[in-house]
Amino acid sequence: MLTRSIHPAGRKVNGQTLPHIKLRPASGWQALNLAQVWQFRDLALAFAGRDIKLRYRQTFLGIAWVIFQPLMAAGIFSFVFGRIAKLDTNFIFSYVGMLGWNVFSTTLTKSSGCLVQNAGLISKVFFPRLILPVSVVFSTLVDFVIAFMMLFVMAFFYRIHPATELLLMPVWIVLLLALATGFGLFTSALMVSYRDVQYILPVLTQFLLFASPIGYSVAEVPLRYRNLYDLNPLVGLLEGFRWSLLGGSMPDWTSVGYSAGVTVFVLVGGAFAFKKMERQFADVI
Amino acid sequence: MNDIAISARSVGKSYTIVHNIQKHTTLGEAIVHNLRYGFRRVEKETFQALDDVSFDIMRGEVAGIIGRNGAGKSTLLKILSRITPLTRGEIDLHGRVGSLLEVGTGFHPELTGRENIFLNGAILGMSRREIVEKFDEIVAFAEVEQFLDTPVKRYSSGMYVRLAFAVAAHLRSDILIVDEVLAVGDISFQKKCLGKMGDVSREKGTTVLFVSHNMAAVRTLCTRAILLKEGRVQAIGETGSVITQYLSSCSDEMRTAIELPLLEGSEARASELRLATFDGKPQSQFLIGEPWKLHLEFELNRDTTHVIAAVGLRNIEGMPLITWWSAPADLRAGRYAVEFHCHFPFSAGELNFVIGISSNERPIYYVEGVGAVTICEIAQGEQPLRASDTGILVSSERPEIFLRP
Repeated sequence: MLTRSIHPAGRKVNGQTLPHIKLRPASGWQALNLAQVWQFRDLALAFAGRDIKLRYRQTFLGIAWVIFQPLMAAGIFSFVFGRIAKLDTNFIFSYVGMLGWNVFSTTLTKSSGCLVQNAGLISKVFFPRLILPVSVVFSTLVDFVIAFMMLFVMAFFYRIHPATELLLMPVWIVLLLALATGFGLFTSALMVSYRDVQYILPVLTQFLLFASPIGYSVAEVPLRYRNLYDLNPLVGLLEGFRWSLLGGSMPDWTSVGYSAGVTVFVLVGGAFAFKKMERQFADVI
Repeated sequence: MNDIAISARSVGKSYTIVHNIQKHTTLGEAIVHNLRYGFRRVEKETFQALDDVSFDIMRGEVAGIIGRNGAGKSTLLKILSRITPLTRGEIDLHGRVGSLLEVGTGFHPELTGRENIFLNGAILGMSRREIVEKFDEIVAFAEVEQFLDTPVKRYSSGMYVRLAFAVAAHLRSDILIVDEVLAVGDISFQKKCLGKMGDVSREKGTTVLFVSHNMAAVRTLCTRAILLKEGRVQAIGETGSVITQYLSSCSDEMRTAIELPLLEGSEARASELRLATFDGKPQSQFLIGEPWKLHLEFELNRDTTHVIAAVGLRNIEGMPLITWWSAPADLRAGRYAVEFHCHFPFSAGELNFVIGISSNERPIYYVEGVGAVTICEIAQGEQPLRASDTGILVSSERPEIFLRP
């Protein structure tokens, strides 16, 4: 990518310091230039605002879908896993699992498509491309906050009292967002050249949905599959998230540590891979 | 003090074109190909969109970039706007860069005018605070006060363009890069935009880089021009001389001799139409008011009485502008020619021909929509003339206003 270093010590004109932008040919791995992303923070918010405003336009129930969607999914999960598969689960258990899962899956799905959907912008306007996947995080957070308030109403009926574990809740959310964004950075950049990603991705997410402790707890997984099952980095994060909200047995901290490690690796790797592929976006998209 | 705003040195941009089977648009094809051909080197062709382009633009200068389609103008603007990377050379930009490659990029039809101002402003690189400060000014410039809370999908195309340009026009930048965005919108608004661009350069010392096919606009706004041809700088310098060079290079390549079709069973055939300046130099592109002539050759298969050859001129919409007739003549079979002279200051545009030959008021040969002559949007002499919606003819007379007695 081009080295777009903006030197604060640029030339001065009329007492104002002019930024100095250098464009040079470059190849290979590039610096992330997070300072530049920070300069464009208002744009990330504008994109998120656009996304939120548009999402439920021309729907009858509007923003209420943010609550209905996980409610319905939780109903189905608690019925299938509880009544049919006879596992130890209930409605609020599934709802909390679904909230955590939605944070991950909506972020992943939306960030994967964000470059292709904004092809017009990418070929006509300059801004740090990282802004697009980053803005997705804001709009999922808004959804999460609304659905989370619904959880308080439910907790009241289930007579669940918030405990000190609740203070750890933001940690799980940050990790879930980071993991999803990390994967999303890979997939979005890959989708610029290969649209196949949009067909593979739903299948993989569906697989993950069942391979993660959402409608059931990790304790239900047969021991001989546990090692394989624990490879899924979502396991530690979703168990931890549910423990924060509903209490119960402590999550397996080794599993949590593993998840956190994978998350950091995926996020950093995704960001650098994105920057490496970024330079051809405008020409290929 | 060193006052260069943009400095480009030996800038090049090449695209790799991969040939037939090596071109993968899906992951599957890529995988299959790699399995089948392994690490064998694929055959690649490099296309040079820009090659060895160097120039310096001073601060506060308004520079025009001209050239034919595919000359590399847009690629250069995209590199300067940091949308696409360069592959060779280096560029230094001193100042905040704002670019306007398309009117209304990022406008969303479902969002209201107000929402779009904020979104579009952010996309163009303005901070929220800046947009709030300039909001009223933008709305006033666009003249859309009553429709601020209407989704822009219900806007007329004129309103849409006005709003989009208004946002861009209020972008605070030290270097403004503008592609052919003035091709849209009505003439009066175009003038307002041109005026605005001229103002920012004069008042705030903004450097403007401007791509246009509208030579009148380039001549009015720009102090210097860069002529690109096939990715290379062909000329750089004072606007007037670069434009002249561009126009003459265009007409060299345009067809000045037009072959005419043979009509089955026709008693006559017009064989060729040639365009030239008054002193006989073949040319098909003329300045407004520049006289030119057309030379029509035709053949008669038999002796024919009361022959009249005629050439009509139509504009691009098909509106007849003028018809020239020859004097009637009784002619034997053979080849003939006739020359018509055009002294009329037709306004800018592309014009084409209708050719007819008649005998005793009865048509014996007729074709329409053939050939082309281009009238360029600058008048002869010093005075630049704008606007093509003011009529089919351009008057160069500028009478003095006098006090009523």
